Amino acid sequence: MSEHLPVLIVVVPLSAAFVVPLLGRRSSGAAHIVTLGALAATLVAASVALARVLRTADGVWRYELGGWAPPWGIEYVLDPLSGGMSVLVAGLALAAAIYAGPYLRTADPDRIGLFDSLYLLLVAGLLGIVVTGDLFNLYVFLEISAIAAYALLSTGGDRAAVATFRYLLVGTVAASCYLLGIGYLYALTGTLNMADLSVRLAAADESTATAVGVGLIVIGLAIKAAVFPFHGWLPDAYTYAPPPVTGFVAAVMTKVSAYALYRVLYFVLGAEPAAASALVFLGWAGVAAIVAGSWLALAQSDVRRMLAYSSVGQMGYIIFGFSLGSPIAIVGALFHVLNHALMKGCLFLVTGGIRWRTGVSSVAGFAGLGRRLPLSATAFALAAVSMVGLPPTAGFFSKWYLLLGAFEAEAWVGVAALVGSSWLSAIYFFRVLERLFVGADETTPAPERRDLPFGMLAPALALAVVVLLLGLFHQPVVTHLLERALPPTVS
Amino acid sequence: MMPEFLDASTVQYLQAAALLLIGLYGIVARSHLLRKLMAMNILQVAVIVFFIALSTKSGATVPVVPADAVDIDPAAYVNPLPHALMLTAIVVSVSTTGVALALLIRIRRRYGTLNESALLDRLRE
Repeated sequence: MSEHLPVLIVVVPLSAAFVVPLLGRRSSGAAHIVTLGALAATLVAASVALARVLRTADGVWRYELGGWAPPWGIEYVLDPLSGGMSVLVAGLALAAAIYAGPYLRTADPDRIGLFDSLYLLLVAGLLGIVVTGDLFNLYVFLEISAIAAYALLSTGGDRAAVATFRYLLVGTVAASCYLLGIGYLYALTGTLNMADLSVRLAAADESTATAVGVGLIVIGLAIKAAVFPFHGWLPDAYTYAPPPVTGFVAAVMTKVSAYALYRVLYFVLGAEPAAASALVFLGWAGVAAIVAGSWLALAQSDVRRMLAYSSVGQMGYIIFGFSLGSPIAIVGALFHVLNHALMKGCLFLVTGGIRWRTGVSSVAGFAGLGRRLPLSATAFALAAVSMVGLPPTAGFFSKWYLLLGAFEAEAWVGVAALVGSSWLSAIYFFRVLERLFVGADETTPAPERRDLPFGMLAPALALAVVVLLLGLFHQPVVTHLLERALPPTVS
Repeated sequence: MMPEFLDASTVQYLQAAALLLIGLYGIVARSHLLRKLMAMNILQVAVIVFFIALSTKSGATVPVVPADAVDIDPAAYVNPLPHALMLTAIVVSVSTTGVALALLIRIRRRYGTLNESALLDRLRE
C-alpha cells in the first residue's frame, strides 16, 4: 500500500467526490462525514509521503502511473517542494471542510452532497497540480480544479454568479494560453514530461518558438495566480462566494498556481534565457502588485474586499521573491506561500463566520464584535498581526527573508515596496482590529457573548495557532523543508 | 492556385492564429455575455486546431499499425498523441461551457438581461 502513496493523494479525494453525491441523496450527514474522512485520509497520505521523502537522501519519489515508464507514461513526483505543498493543501482542505459543517447545516440538505462533491473535486485538482510531473496532466488538473471552483464560488448568490462568470472567462483564457504554450514546447521537444523536457530543451538551440511557448505558459499561470495586472477577476470572486469556499480558495488556489509557475520556471525551464526574461517581467509585476494591492486594500470599506486586495499584494511578495532567484529570496517566497495560505485562510474563515452569524462584513460594522465573539476575534487578530509582519508570528520571518533577499540583490525598489506595503497593511489591519476590540460604545451594556459554533471556531483558531508556532519554530521548517525545495540550479 | 509559401500546414497555423485573435477580440469587445462565451469557445477551438496541425505530415496515414508489420516507418503515420490530448481538451471545453451556460441562465433569471452594461446598472441598484 505505502508504495502507492503519491497517487493516493489524488485518488482518495477524487473517488470520494463520486461517492459523496450518491450518499448525499440518502443522508446528508453521512455524506459530510465521508468527505471529512476522505480529506483526513488525504492529509495522512500526504504527511506520510512527505516524511518519507524528507528521510531519503536525494529527496525525490517518482511514481509511474499505471506502470508506464516516463516520458511515455505520466509520472507523479514527490519532492520536498511538492510534498510540502500537498500537506498544506490537504491540511487547509480539511480545516475548511470542518468549518463548512455548521454552515451546511443551515443549507438545503439535498445540496450538501453536491457541495461536498464539488469541494472534493477542487481539492483533488489542486493536489494533482502539485504532485504531477507532466505538463499536460497539469493542464487537466488546472481545469478540474477551476471548473469545480467556478461551480462552488457561484453558490454564494446572484452577484456571485456574475463574478464567477467573469472569472470563468478569464480563467479559460489563461488555461488556453498555458495549453498553447505547452503545444510550442511539445512541438520543439516531442515530450510533455517535465524532467525529460528540461533535458531536451537544454540540449536544443535557442529559438523564438521556445520564447513564445515560455511566454504563453507564464502569462497563463500568472493570470491563474492573480499576479498584477492580471488580478481583476479576484476581488469579486472572493467577496461574494460562500465563507467555507472563500476560506479555502483564497488560501490555496492562487498559491498552487504560483507553485506551478515556480516549478515550471525553475525546474523545467531553469536553463532557458526566455525563463530569465520572464522572471524579470514577473519581478516588476510583483513589485507593482505589492504597491497596488496594499493601496487598494486600504481603500475598501468591506472587510472581505480588503482581504481580497491584500491577497493581490501578498501574491506580489511571493512572485517578487521567486523573481529574485537567490536562495534566501526563494526560501522567503516559499515560506510566504505557506504563511499566507494559513493567515489568509484564517482571516477569511473568521470574516465569513462573523458575516454568517451577524450579517455584518463592513469595517464599521465590526465595531465591538470582539466582545461578542472573543475567540474568533482573537484568531483574526493573530492572523492579522502575522499579515502585518510583527514578530514572533510567521509573517515576520517570511517577510524578513524576502527583505534580506531584496537587499542582497540590491533591488531597492523592491525593498521600498516591501517596507511601504508593510506600513500600509499595518494601517488597514489595525483599523479593523481597533473596531473589533475598542470600537464599541463603552456606555452600552456589553452584548451577549455568543461566539461561533465550535466546528467553525476550531479550524480558524487552529490556523492562527499554527501561524504562531511556525513563527516560533521557523528554523527547522526552513532548514529541513524549504531549503530542500530549492531548484538544482540555485542551491 | 495557391502561392508556394502557403503549404497545407502553414494554412492550418494561420487558421489557428486567426481563430485565436477572433476569440480574444470577442471576449474583450462584445458586450453580450453569451457572445463572450461563444468567443471563448472559438479561442479554445483555436488551440485545438493548433495541436492537430502539429500532428499532420504530408503523405502520412492514420496511426494504425497492422499486427504483422515488421519494419515500421514513423514517417508514414501521423502523430496520434496531439489528437489524444485534444480529446481531453474538448472534454474540458464542453464542461467549462456547461458551467458557463448554467451561470448565464441564473444571471438571466435574476437580472433579466445578459447585456454587460445593462447588467452593471442592475448590480448598482
